[in-house]
Amino acid sequence: MRIFDPHIHMTSRTTDDYEAMYAGGVRAVVEPAFWLGQPRTSLGSFTDYFDAIIGWERFRAAQFGISHHCTIALNPKEANDPRCAEVLDVLPRYLAKDGVVAVGEVGFDSMTRAEEDAFVRQLELAVEFELPAMVHTPHRDKEQGTRRTLELVEASGLAPGMVVVDHLNEVTVDQVDAAGCWMGFSIYPDTKMDEHRMVAILQRRGLDRVLVNSAADWGRSDPMKTVRTGEAMLAAGFSDDDVDRVLWRNPVEFFGQSGRLLLDQDEAVDTTATFEGNSVLRGSRD
Amino acid sequence: MTEISPLAEPDTIRAALDDAGRERWTRMTTEVGEDPTRLGRVFPAAARQTGRGPLPGTDGVLIEDAVRVDLVRSAASTLDAAALLDELREVYRYGDSDEKRAVLHALNGAPADVDGSDVLLDALRTNDTRLVAAAMGPHSDRLDDDAWRQGVLKCLFTEVPVSAVTGLAARADRELAEMVTRYQREREAAGRVVPPDVQVVLDACAPTDPTPRDS
Ligand SMILES: [Zn+2]
Repeated sequence: MRIFDPHIHMTSRTTDDYEAMYAGGVRAVVEPAFWLGQPRTSLGSFTDYFDAIIGWERFRAAQFGISHHCTIALNPKEANDPRCAEVLDVLPRYLAKDGVVAVGEVGFDSMTRAEEDAFVRQLELAVEFELPAMVHTPHRDKEQGTRRTLELVEASGLAPGMVVVDHLNEVTVDQVDAAGCWMGFSIYPDTKMDEHRMVAILQRRGLDRVLVNSAADWGRSDPMKTVRTGEAMLAAGFSDDDVDRVLWRNPVEFFGQSGRLLLDQDEAVDTTATFEGNSVLRGSRD
Repeated sequence: MTEISPLAEPDTIRAALDDAGRERWTRMTTEVGEDPTRLGRVFPAAARQTGRGPLPGTDGVLIEDAVRVDLVRSAASTLDAAALLDELREVYRYGDSDEKRAVLHALNGAPADVDGSDVLLDALRTNDTRLVAAAMGPHSDRLDDDAWRQGVLKCLFTEVPVSAVTGLAARADRELAEMVTRYQREREAAGRVVPPDVQVVLDACAPTDPTPRDS
């Protein structure tokens, strides 16, 4: 099983996680810029965070044989703090970088006016930078948030195929499907969405435009949930090729639209960085 | 006005690119040659516009590094040392790791009146081994002795081959030997393998004068 986790916050995870993910077949990830649990109050803490996910985290992942990409945005929760508004001004600098494969996470948290303004502005940036958009749907009042999300996406002029609407469930999947957007499912260790319900959704509507992720972060979450979903698919009678399509080819197709994927040509990722073609360099623990 | 040495010969780079890549490379080079303040705008996309990976015909140079150093060369041709440093600091500050590494490579080809030691010190504070290695190239002769010795020690710690350190034999001194010996003792006390590069550094520190010194 080769796995591309299209939504995981590795800055919050340990090297044990990287090792377990690699052993489970994970060879590529996308780390969306999001909230860190503790609200930020200044531009500088955002730029340091963005620098980390285009720099150090990419290097750290490479030490474990995993290609790391990211998405960049002002997330909806912090879009509500006027002190963070200037983050929007520095986004173009980051959206120009290699390995930045989408604008995200954008979308709604509490459905405020400030969230909508930031969301609309960032959909415009996605159009301008010819990047896909990764849209977070709220955990509270998900159905209404998803509906408004789809209206704004349609108004933005961004092609629906360039948009993934994430954290979907049985209630919200059909409207996103009908809109032609990609459907993201975050598999959690609690009741929000699990691998068996995921399999049931795949059995019902098929595999196209589906992205499955662990959304693992600093909260209760499990970076192995993509692997568990692959196993659940096989147990339910899906083929190896079906699993490869959902867990590898679909995310490659979606994020490949950015032209910024950093996958090795043969997709066989080396477990060691090489320096001047011969020497092994490992990340220091000192 | 400032001349930067190329990381690879232009013909070697040209041979590694396809037609579209060559055309974009030429366009970017012209753009920053006419307006060097465009360097920060063309730098991020330089790899995906041209190529990436090992450059054939070189000893481990990457295509993206060679192209970016060439862009710095073009910008530098109209800038004095101070103005070039301002641009490079800006590009480094806002660059991803690949861009930062290319700035370090460009500094390694800079003339004596360019002193980017502050940029090197930033790179040496990271634990990104590719940045550490590039920071210990020819430009590291601008580092003061303390910073330089710490840089060599950092290479040993982070397993950057000390062959990346320019001028090791010329600059290695007794103080470095003492630092490295303490490091060696610590590894041995912990029952850990002592990397072979430790001996390479100690050999470099040994006085070349065959006559015994006073003790
Ligand atoms: Zn997330």
